Formats: sequence, structure tokens, C-alpha cells
Amino acid sequence: MATATKKKMVQWEPADIKAELLKKYPPKVARKRAKQIMINEALENETPEMTANVRTIPGIMTMRGCTYAGCKGVIMGPTRDIVNLVHGPIGCSFYAWLTRRNQTDAGPEGPNGENFINYCFSTDMQEQDIIFGGEKKLEAAIQEAYGLFHPKSIAVFATCPVGLIGDDIHTVTRNMKEKFGDCNVYAFSCEGYKGVSQSAGHHIANNQVFRHIVGENDEVKPGKYKINLLGEYNIGGDGFEIDRIFAKCGITCISTFSGNSTYDQFASAHTADLNAVMCHRSINYVADMLETKYGIPWIKVNFIGADSTAKALRKIAQYFGEQELIDQVEKVIAEEMPEVMAAREDVVTRTDGKTAMIFVGGSRAHHYQDLFNEMGMKTISAGYEFAHRDDYEGRQVIPNIKLDADSRNIEELVVEADETRYKSRKSAEEIKALEDEGYKFKHYDGLAPDMDKNTIIIDDLNQHESEKLVELMKPDIFCAGIKEKYSIQKLGIPMKQLHSYDSGGPYAGFKGAINFYEEIDRLVGSKVWSYMKAPWQEDPKLSATYGWE
Amino acid sequence: MLLRHTPKEITERKALTINPAKTCQPIGAMYAALGIHGCLPHSHGSQGCCAYHRSTLTRHYKEPISATTSSFTEGASVFGGQSNMLQAINNIFSVYNPDVIAVHTTCLSETIGDDLPQIKKKAETEGKIPDGKYVISASTPSYSGSHVTGFSNMVTAMADMAEPTGTKNGKINVIPGWVEPADMEEIKRLTNIMGVKSVLFPDTSGVLNGPLSGEYKMFPEGGTTVAELKSTGDSIGTLALGEWCSAAAARLLDKKHKVPCSVLDMPFGLKATDRFIDALRTVAGVSVPEEISVERGQLVDMISDMHQYLYKKKVALAGDPDQLIAMTEFLVSIDMCPVHIVTGTPGKKFEKRIREITKDMGCEVNVMAKGDLFHLHQFIKNEPVDFLMCNTYGKYIARDEDIPLIRWGFPILDRQGHQYFPTVGYKGGLRLLEKILGVLMDRQDRDATEQKFELVL
Repeated sequence: MATATKKKMVQWEPADIKAELLKKYPPKVARKRAKQIMINEALENETPEMTANVRTIPGIMTMRGCTYAGCKGVIMGPTRDIVNLVHGPIGCSFYAWLTRRNQTDAGPEGPNGENFINYCFSTDMQEQDIIFGGEKKLEAAIQEAYGLFHPKSIAVFATCPVGLIGDDIHTVTRNMKEKFGDCNVYAFSCEGYKGVSQSAGHHIANNQVFRHIVGENDEVKPGKYKINLLGEYNIGGDGFEIDRIFAKCGITCISTFSGNSTYDQFASAHTADLNAVMCHRSINYVADMLETKYGIPWIKVNFIGADSTAKALRKIAQYFGEQELIDQVEKVIAEEMPEVMAAREDVVTRTDGKTAMIFVGGSRAHHYQDLFNEMGMKTISAGYEFAHRDDYEGRQVIPNIKLDADSRNIEELVVEADETRYKSRKSAEEIKALEDEGYKFKHYDGLAPDMDKNTIIIDDLNQHESEKLVELMKPDIFCAGIKEKYSIQKLGIPMKQLHSYDSGGPYAGFKGAINFYEEIDRLVGSKVWSYMKAPWQEDPKLSATYGWE
Repeated sequence: MLLRHTPKEITERKALTINPAKTCQPIGAMYAALGIHGCLPHSHGSQGCCAYHRSTLTRHYKEPISATTSSFTEGASVFGGQSNMLQAINNIFSVYNPDVIAVHTTCLSETIGDDLPQIKKKAETEGKIPDGKYVISASTPSYSGSHVTGFSNMVTAMADMAEPTGTKNGKINVIPGWVEPADMEEIKRLTNIMGVKSVLFPDTSGVLNGPLSGEYKMFPEGGTTVAELKSTGDSIGTLALGEWCSAAAARLLDKKHKVPCSVLDMPFGLKATDRFIDALRTVAGVSVPEEISVERGQLVDMISDMHQYLYKKKVALAGDPDQLIAMTEFLVSIDMCPVHIVTGTPGKKFEKRIREITKDMGCEVNVMAKGDLFHLHQFIKNEPVDFLMCNTYGKYIARDEDIPLIRWGFPILDRQGHQYFPTVGYKGGLRLLEKILGVLMDRQDRDATEQKFELVL
């Protein structure tokens, strides 16, 4: 078994490492996995092709979850005033209950402001519901939820058996919506088996939010420089830090998809003038649809890393092009950065030259490299859990991605320009002028171009490969999720959860960067990693002395 | 308020569960299977089930939880999961090489009607199960029972591994039920002191409370071995601790291999531990050593020393049936008043048992099987208590109602200790009492006026 305390004997070549990872597999598995392990060539505009968003091999211990987790857990879970009702046996609802650390604040509405985040709602389907159908029970549960809470909105999520037995949840919810009149009820067919990972669930959630909520409220909200922040889930309070920065800059955030979000934010999203996309993977569908239907352009931003945050703010200011905003953004950056730099200069004395591995999500394995770079740490291997090719290679590959049977199962919403509400936010000339300055709309470069040559990029990393990677490459820190945490730490390597941040955060924005520097400094510098062996294990020779001399 | 939308007024709900006091069968099967040495639990369903169970168990134990999945996609859901399962068996033995794969079903594979024993037969015929390796399976449909049922079903599958040789081995099977690794260790310690040879299954001690030493072992030293499980048919008897968790396995051994069994309560608190020790004494024909009588006496001593702080204090309890029955009895036995007792697991027998235990307590008792924490919260709003004993989800109620919480049960996601310090047996009773007294007396110190603030309690 691997022992991290053993000295590194050989300097491994990336090709050798890849071969080592594949060695133990049966031939069929090795062939398949080989296509998801890429030695990065870091060639500009020409990254090697990656296989991604394909089925996990049965029996290979994956990090991935299911479609339901992507839909209910990731996208809709962080909302605060929607009653999220899970239609299925109890487990699915139970496991997604408060475990992702999405923070909420109903503060503006006072102590009684609507906030259902701490509740877990389920129809708790029983055997008779599976045999005779669960529609009646679902209808009754929606009625009971309405009677108890009178929420603005009830969202229903299908779990595996619901699709199999053919419960028509969309008709049930449509009928209940009509019956109530003052409560929007809709459903998500996000059965766990629908896709190859959480990613299918993101898409399903995007579609239904767009179909049932976005555009429901045309009221013009006050404020200048109106944007939507897409793909930010307020884990560990990330969204609160970004909100703080926006407020300071004078940027109005109409809606966040979906950290600490409300029904009304979604309903008003079409009134914003720019979509800033954080997590490209989980929310790019909504960004595209908002552009097609309402004329709101989108840009990729990243608030992970202080330098990245400054860059993102400048990008937003440049879009609006008003000197007042540009100046205010510069002022905010100038105010925030000294504290960040002081923290960075302190930790970098201890973290410079150290190495990291990151295997999470569809964006974070990329975003967090910026933070590690700020600390002088290099990411030597990274990959996503549920990304598609464009997240590795850049959006330019989208037209070339072959749709397989699993992807075809996921509905592609056809959206057209809204007859009355479509409004170009910028004239064609204005867009061109920005693009001539190098401004990129609707663009994401992906992870691979940002990583060094000869780093190893792995899609859908599994237990066996992560153990091998750590054994061979001995990073100073490994980042993944809760399931991976302790097998890595048993090897004596600190492990940071970058899904739910362990108990930490926020890590976004300026204050978040400081938190992250301190957290990583703590982890890689902790004395505990030096206690792996007892004195008698380090020097097991029995000394030939007797007594006390 | 965290649960600001929970009204005091209780209205009947027929279809909506809010804040469940249970979860689904497969996670129980996964936990039980981790109590077999060298075993890799396998979830026959879509990936999310396995991911959720591993995450929940990992958060509870702060230990690696290894388990695999059949990774169903839409195709498998339509055409059946046999091909996925066969691939999985092949891959698991090639890559992870466990002694045993313990397969459990999910609502998905149950709804489409996958037949695990048949798939296993096919795997055998195709030579996918290497010599000396085992695949066991349990049917664990998420839409009936609860995590407790799933645990029981996998423990029954373990009992089904028994291969009697025809010669009795003088051992006693002890089925501990869904307790912590530390509890399993404590039960083994007690049987050892008694001089009783036993096979404990499942046994997660040494698996889910492992050391940090710079080495990672997917299959740690602990767990009941296959040889031990096979030998359970040669044992002279079985003690099943807990009707819900353990009785089915014990009855299977009785029915199939004529190994007589006796179903006891889980040994939480004085009286249930007394019955456990006495049963060990009787079935093994040994006398109880002084050491155990001393441990018992220490527990009785602490009860008498601190009785004034316990007397008539009201408690709300939520958890699983076997644990709640024993805990209710313990609290009643030390003159406390458990007034609200809720489990999410179904079972009329549960309510009946609790009513019997509390009948002379002298106050109204709300007892509920198939209940939820939303309902428990409403009970508490209507009849306040001095503290709540519950898993971590109870902390939302505790904070809103400003009452202390003792974390006990599954899952505990925000405190440590349950892996390492038992709550079963007399020593476990001392720990429970320490916890109870700790919250009550901290509250007394916090609430006392300056005049009434006491140095000595």
C-alpha cells in the first residue's frame, strides 16, 4: 500500500504515470479510461481532445453523483423561498438536506422572511405508491405544503422510480398551479438515471427554471448596472462576499442563480443587462437562453482569486463602459487589495513552490488554480467530475461534440426571441468595438489551456487513480469532495474539500482569497502530518540496553 | 428562527413528510456490509444512491467509506441492470480485490425487478467470481421500511452465509444491531470478560474508527471474517440485540440451521445491559465476574449521586426503534420523563412497547412511529422539554426552542466521539449520564441568578 512518507524514488514522466494509473484495469476498462486521461500539451488554441461526459464504468469507484443531485442538490437546493418537494422514497430528499452548505439570508424581509432552506420535504413514496402510482400522493403533498406554508412557489423533483412507474408530475403540478392561483407549481423530471452524472440535472433544472419562472415578473427593479450572476451557489458564503463587492462597486445584482436566491429573482432575471457566468458547466444553458430570448449578452467571469475578482469586476465595468463605474471599480480594487497582498505575502513564504491537485466540479478545478497560483502553488494534475469537452478545451469545440444516446435524452429547449421583451443591450457597433478591444462574449477557454505542459488532466477521476496519483506524484495538497477526503488524508496528504469547503469559506472575492490563503497555509503547514509514525515505528531496532542507564 | 415556518398547531398530514426521522434502506445495508472484513459494499442502482450513502457515512465517521455502484443510465433502467452488475463484479475483483462484494438493491433496481440471486448465478457461471471470493446480496427497496430495515436485511444476508459443519463450536452469535464501532468493541469487551466465546456480526470496529498512520487500506483489519460468518451455523445460540435491526438474522439461523436465538433489547442503560449480561451468563453457562458487577455498581452509584438533577426532567427523543426503546427504558429507570418519542421507521409494535415502558411514568407521552422531526418540533412547542436527544438534525429544533441537544443516533455530522466512546453497556451508561448531566447542569449554571449560582453541584 502507498505510503506518503516514503521518499520519492524516481521523477516520473507523465506518460509513465498514465501507464501506472491504467495498469491494474481489465483491458476494456483501460482502453476507456485512457481516453479520459490527457497529458496536457498546453498548445495555444489547439488542446488535445478529451473524452468527457461519458458513462462511468460500473464497479469503478467514481466521485460522481446523479441527475437528481445536479438538479435538486446543486441548482434548486440553494433557493430560499421555494418549497422544494422531492417526489420519491425518503432517501433522496434526506441526503440533499442541508449537506451542501449553501448559506441563505432572508434578512431584508425581516425575521419572518420566507426561508425554507432548513426544511426537507418529501412524499416518502411507499410500496403501494410504486405499484398503484404516486400521483395522488404527490397532489396531496403539494396541497399540504401549500396549506401549511402558502409559499410563492413549489418545485417538485422526480427520483428514479417516478419516471419508471410513469407518474405524470407535470400534469399534477400544472393542475395544482391552476387550483392555487397564487403559487407557481412546476416539476423537474430529474430521475437519477437520466444522465451520466450531475450534469444532466443541471441542464434539466436550467430548462425548467427558464420555462416556468424566468420572465414572470416584468417590473423594473431600481439600480444601475444590472447584472445576473449565474452559477454561484453561495457555498460557505461565497455569494455574500460577491454581493458585498457588487454593492461597493454600485453594480446591481438582479438575480443570482442560485445562491440565496428567491423566486422573484429568477422571475425578474430577464430585466438585467448582462449575465456574468461563474460556473460555466452548470448554468451556461440559462445564459444562452436569456440571450436568445431577451437579448442579454453573457460573459464568463471568475470570482475565485483576488486577481481574478479584480479582472471580473473590470470586465463587467468595461461592458457598461461608463466612466463612473470604471472609476468606482478601480477604487474598490485599490481599497481591497492591500489587505489581500499583505496576507498573500505572508503565506507565500511558506506555500511557494508547493503543488496541488484539484478534482472537482465543472468549473472549480479550473477556478481554484488561480488562487493556488496567487500563493505560488502549482497545480500538477486536475480534472472535472461531470464536465463536458468544452470545459476542458473551450467553447469553440461545442459544434464538434458528438451527441451520444445519454445526452440526447436531455431535452434541448428551443428558444426564440421574445416578441415584446427582446431588447438588444448593445448595438452591433458597440459589441464590435468591445470585441476589437479583445473583449470576449459568450466565451470560455476551458481548463486545459491554462495548465502547464505535461500536467495531467483526468476526467471522472476514481478512487484507484487518485490513490495512485497521490502515491506517485506526492502533491502537497489534494482537493476533491467529502467521499475522497479521508482516503487521501490516511496517506498523510492534506485534503481540502472544494465542493462544500469542509467547514470553511467564503473563498470568493477579496476576503475569500484571504480566507483561502490562510486555510491552505494551515493545511499544508499543519504539524499533524509529521505524527504519522510513533518513535518506535521510526526506529524499530531494539536497543541492547537494560535498565535506566 | 431557523425553522420559522413551523406552526405550533398540529395539523394532520397524510402525504407530506417534513424533516424526516429516517432515511432509506440502502444506506443501512451499506453500513452493515462495512462490518464484514474485506467487504466492498455495492449499490445496484444509479450513481447518486452510492454517492449519497458514502457521503453521509463519511460525514458521520470522518473515515473513508469505499463502495461501488452499477451506475445505471436510462438504458439499464429500461433493459435491466444485469449487464452493469456483471461488469461491476468483474471490475471490482480486478481493481479492488475484496473478499466479499455485498450487493444491495435500490428503489430503481427493485422497481424494474432485477433479480440479484439470478445475476449472481450468471456471474458464477461466467467465472466472474474468483475462487474463495463471495458475492452476497440483500433486497433493500427504498420505498418500504427505513435505513433500519436495510441494515437488518443485509445482516440477514450475512447470516445466510452460515455453513454448518455439523459440529457445534461452543460459540454464541451476538448480533449487535446498528450501533457505533465503539459500541461493537464494548460488546466484545463485555463478552470477553464474561469468558464467552462469540462471533459478533456485523462488526465495524477497526473499520470505521481507524488510525491515521500514513497508510491507506481500503480494507482495514476489522470486521467479521467470512470464516466467522460461515461458522455462525455451528454456534450454540444467537443473541440478537434489537428486534428491528437484528431479529430477522437470528431467526434465519434458527429456522435454517436450528441455532436457537433470543431477541433482547439493545444494551443501552442499566436494565437492558443487566438483561444482556444475564442472557450471556445463562446461555453460555458462565458466572458473571466481579469486574462486571463493579462496572454495574458504578453506574448505579452515579444515578444515586445525581438523582436530584435527573428526577422528573422532561426529554424529547428521536431516532430508531431499537435504540429508542432501550433509551426510553433507561430514562424512565432513572426517574426522568421521556414525553415525546418519535421514529421515522414504521412499526405499530414500537408504539406499543414505548407505551408499556412509560405507563407508570405519571405524565402524558406522545409516541409516534412513521413520524418526522417537524411533528416532533410541534410536540415540543406544545409541551416543552428540558432537552432533546436526536441526531444532528435536531440542532435546528434545539436552537429555535433554546433547549440543549444531546447528539445520539445517526447521522451525527457536527460532533466527534461516537466512533470512539461507547454508549452501550454499563460504561456506556456512565457516558450517557455524563452527557445528560452535562447539558442539564450547564443550563442550570447558565440560567442561575447570581445569588443562586453554586460552586458545588
